[in-house]
Amino acid sequence: MEFHVNSPILFVLVGAIIALVVAQSVFFLARAVKRAKELGIAKDTVKKTVTSAAVFTIAPAVAVLVGVVALSKSLGVALPWLRLSVIGSITYETVAAGNALEAAGSGAGTTITDPAVFITIAWVMTVGIAAGLILVPFVTKKLQRSMGKIGMKDKKWGEIFNNAMFLGMISAFLGYVFCDVALVVKGDMSGLIPVCVMAVSAVVMAVCGLMATKARIRWLTDYALPLSLIVGMVSAIPITALLGG
Amino acid sequence: MKKELNYMDSVHRYGRIWGIIVAIALLSFPLILSLIFKTAPDFGVLLAGIIATAPMYWAVGIVEIFTYVPMLGAGGTYLSFVTGNISNLKLPCAIDAMERAGVKATSEEGEVISTISIAVSSIVTTLIILIGVICIVPLTPILESPVLVPAFDMILPALFGGLAVVFISKNAKLSVAPIILMLALFIFVPALNASTVGIMVPVGVIFTVIVARILYKRGVL
Repeated sequence: MEFHVNSPILFVLVGAIIALVVAQSVFFLARAVKRAKELGIAKDTVKKTVTSAAVFTIAPAVAVLVGVVALSKSLGVALPWLRLSVIGSITYETVAAGNALEAAGSGAGTTITDPAVFITIAWVMTVGIAAGLILVPFVTKKLQRSMGKIGMKDKKWGEIFNNAMFLGMISAFLGYVFCDVALVVKGDMSGLIPVCVMAVSAVVMAVCGLMATKARIRWLTDYALPLSLIVGMVSAIPITALLGG
Repeated sequence: MKKELNYMDSVHRYGRIWGIIVAIALLSFPLILSLIFKTAPDFGVLLAGIIATAPMYWAVGIVEIFTYVPMLGAGGTYLSFVTGNISNLKLPCAIDAMERAGVKATSEEGEVISTISIAVSSIVTTLIILIGVICIVPLTPILESPVLVPAFDMILPALFGGLAVVFISKNAKLSVAPIILMLALFIFVPALNASTVGIMVPVGVIFTVIVARILYKRGVL
């Protein structure tokens, strides 16, 4: 068959794989909802979990879509569609595609016409990040069992351990927000952009928390995170204009 | 107790089956491309590309499994490692859901809530990308408009600012040490940036757990 980055057969193939992945999510969703009922988790809690997860996902998903658009210039639409719907994050796929394009001696931005280059890139993108995909089915059970034992004997420690994990992850990303502030001493204020955006988002979250408890606007807690995310992202537009990107 | 074992066991059983099926489908995708277009990959380029990409991402991937499994729960793990975007989407979504439902990640209630939030998030992400792919022609100028670029660039700070408030306000004493450590590292080590933050997540997690243990033993927490 004649090759083209946007060949219909590519869309059929990619569509089939993505349908399989969605089926997996639907399967686990249905079973978890059923189990929630058996465990006596309030129907309202399940409903709120579903709606706020859906609302929260919108902005990050659109950001992923931006990655599809960016990669589609050289790779066509089908391959980035697959790669960013499964496993890939924008950072990884861009790096992987870039490495493969560089190895092939082809520049980014020009549409690939050689099927061998295209297939090679697909291989690099697939193999480069397959560790989790291949290992998770085999190690998760054991790992989860041993982790589940923490806090069995000492409930209080179990709870602290749980919070410590989340805090550890959050602190790493907070550090990342500050990674360019050292540029300020050189007169480059752009390092402060992520710090200001984070501060805006934090303030929105704090205000939501206060209003939810003090003014008893209960629904606000369910949407506080997506709200702080969106307001933070929107604030990045004037902040970047002010501090220079 | 017996029932709990049953549900968890079934999650692992189906997780493995689905995981293996999806892994085969994804890994065979480039192979099928070769068959359809009757073209072999360029092996020299392939090797160079894999050497440039795989070592770092395999290392990160293996560390990620150990770091994220206890936070995501079993069902959440089986889904997240297929659908990706863990630290910037799935995990914050699950953490927020568990926090609001008042359940622990290591309990079965946490397992169920985490799975529901991650499954919904995965489905919604796929739908949005599908809509985007169908409407890519009219959407491209909007998504690439210079006005919106800063907003998408700043998604992580916007996400973690809100999340940090929730967790720091609830664990003020515990959060001091890890935040100081991470700020110092990221400010003073130039090699730490957007592409290396993934490596620092397990460092932060292990460090915070150790600090928590010390503070707990001393009766501070």
